[in-house]
Amino acid sequence: MHPSLQSFSPQRMSSSSIRFDNFLDRESSLGVLLMLPGLSILAVFLAYPFALGIWLSLTDTRIGMPGEYIGLWNYIDLLEDDIFHQTAWNTMIYALVTVPFKAILGLGLALVLNNHIRFSNPIRAFVMLPWIVPTALSSLGWFMIFDPVFSPISWLLIQMGLIESNINFLGDQVIAVTAICWVNIWRGIPFFGISILAGLQAVPHELHEQAAIDGANKYHRFMNVTFPHIKGIIMITSLLSIIWTFADFQLIYILTKGGPANQTHIFGTYAYQVGMSATEIGMGAAITLYMFPILAFFSILLLRYMRKSA
Amino acid sequence: MMVGSESHRTLQIYIPLVIFGLLLLFPFYWMTIVSLKPSSDLFDMNFNPFWVQRFTFENYTYLFENTAFWSWLWNTMIIAIVSTALSIFCSICIGYALARLKFPGSNFMGIGIFLVYLVPPTLLFIPMAQVIGALNLFNTHWSLILTYPTQLIPFASWLLMGYFLTIPKEIEESALMDGCSRIQILIRIVLPLSVPGILSATIFCFTLCWNEFLYALIFMSSGDMKTIPVGTVSDLIKADTLFWGSLMASALLGSVPVAFIYSFFVKYYVSGLTASAVKG
Repeated sequence: MHPSLQSFSPQRMSSSSIRFDNFLDRESSLGVLLMLPGLSILAVFLAYPFALGIWLSLTDTRIGMPGEYIGLWNYIDLLEDDIFHQTAWNTMIYALVTVPFKAILGLGLALVLNNHIRFSNPIRAFVMLPWIVPTALSSLGWFMIFDPVFSPISWLLIQMGLIESNINFLGDQVIAVTAICWVNIWRGIPFFGISILAGLQAVPHELHEQAAIDGANKYHRFMNVTFPHIKGIIMITSLLSIIWTFADFQLIYILTKGGPANQTHIFGTYAYQVGMSATEIGMGAAITLYMFPILAFFSILLLRYMRKSA
Repeated sequence: MMVGSESHRTLQIYIPLVIFGLLLLFPFYWMTIVSLKPSSDLFDMNFNPFWVQRFTFENYTYLFENTAFWSWLWNTMIIAIVSTALSIFCSICIGYALARLKFPGSNFMGIGIFLVYLVPPTLLFIPMAQVIGALNLFNTHWSLILTYPTQLIPFASWLLMGYFLTIPKEIEESALMDGCSRIQILIRIVLPLSVPGILSATIFCFTLCWNEFLYALIFMSSGDMKTIPVGTVSDLIKADTLFWGSLMASALLGSVPVAFIYSFFVKYYVSGLTASAVKG
């Protein structure tokens, strides 16, 4: 028996509490009881809003005005909305195209950090900052770095004689989307880096030594020993990153608010603009629900992948 | 590293490290120097913008005296603490139930909880605003204390369930034989053995609360009730007058607590971060 348990003795109980204790000791009743507090919060603030959202998306509700059932018209109208097309396209670029950049740069960071470096703990803490601090606040830093007047990038390029006048980073659609994607990548590098680092440290040392004895060079050792071990983590991290950035909001809200001329929206910011600023709750709910099948697809992919690798 | 001389090592490790450092930390450097400059220096294009010519704390004084910064800080803290405590309590219960107990629906519940973890606030904020309105909770701490757990409970439960599963069953079984109840076992045996797991779940929940933006933006619109991220963004960016220095000062100060907590508990945080990936 575990030594520390000898001090526990069965408590003496009054007869009335025996029935309650029996209830608590039956696994099924105790299990349900323990689930109850968490599940009630999730029921009221997650399941109910979700159902309500579906209902709202089928109505023409506006803020302060109860709406009527209009079937799928919100969804159909959105399919003919040019801004919505641009939004869907932007979201794809924002969530998917950025992933390979995050993964490669994150892998690079992980490989560097996997060496014996002096001050490795503070270094790790510092490079995690982009991922750890509130996105809304770090985006403000980028907001100024991309400012049409104060941008240090513009200043540097002018000093080097490469450009004549300041770049309006967030005022041009293509540059704005690139800038937004860059901030997204910047924030994601540490997340990939630290996850992959955990994977690298789990690679058995003997395998590397064996491969080195067999004459494999650095590149071959990486491809044949290291990579198979971290493939799973890269896959899971990528899927998590896709799911999270797909449903992003604050980064774009701060940098462009979807502008110029609604050209840089993603689902979250467009839904906010339509559902909150323009008060069209029903239409806003429909925009958010267009995310659902895509999120469900990636979530199920992630779940299947995690169960397979377990 | 076995290969190469010192210069080889510098080339392969320290140069990339410095590049990554510059890339990842430049925005923070920029925010710091802007927060320490008088506004007039920002406009002077003859100054090198990457350096501070004249130090000043006037941006910080402006922030403390002319904005509701201290209220924002108080709101953010109280909401993050209460919401985290509530979520950790619920998650310990759920995690233990899923790890150890058989009850109707227990198999399906584990996957359900994981999938709920992937439901983002962006999917729910519109109907959620209706719910908060119906409950009369706009501009109250409760609006966020009660809604943040929907993000926190699924992840923390999942993480704690994984942690509880690593505790040998035999310890609990022998305690059961000795007549301990399940609740006693949970409180006296499982929890003390799970301190690292609970700690990483707590840090995770706290930082998520601290960093949340969308719900706070919608539910807390009155000046004094804002959280730091929302207050900074909405009260310091007003039309065309931008208080760049104070804006950066507020953004930095709002980032300090999470950075501070994180640097102390880096180990737990990383294990929490990768728990789902490694344990999966």
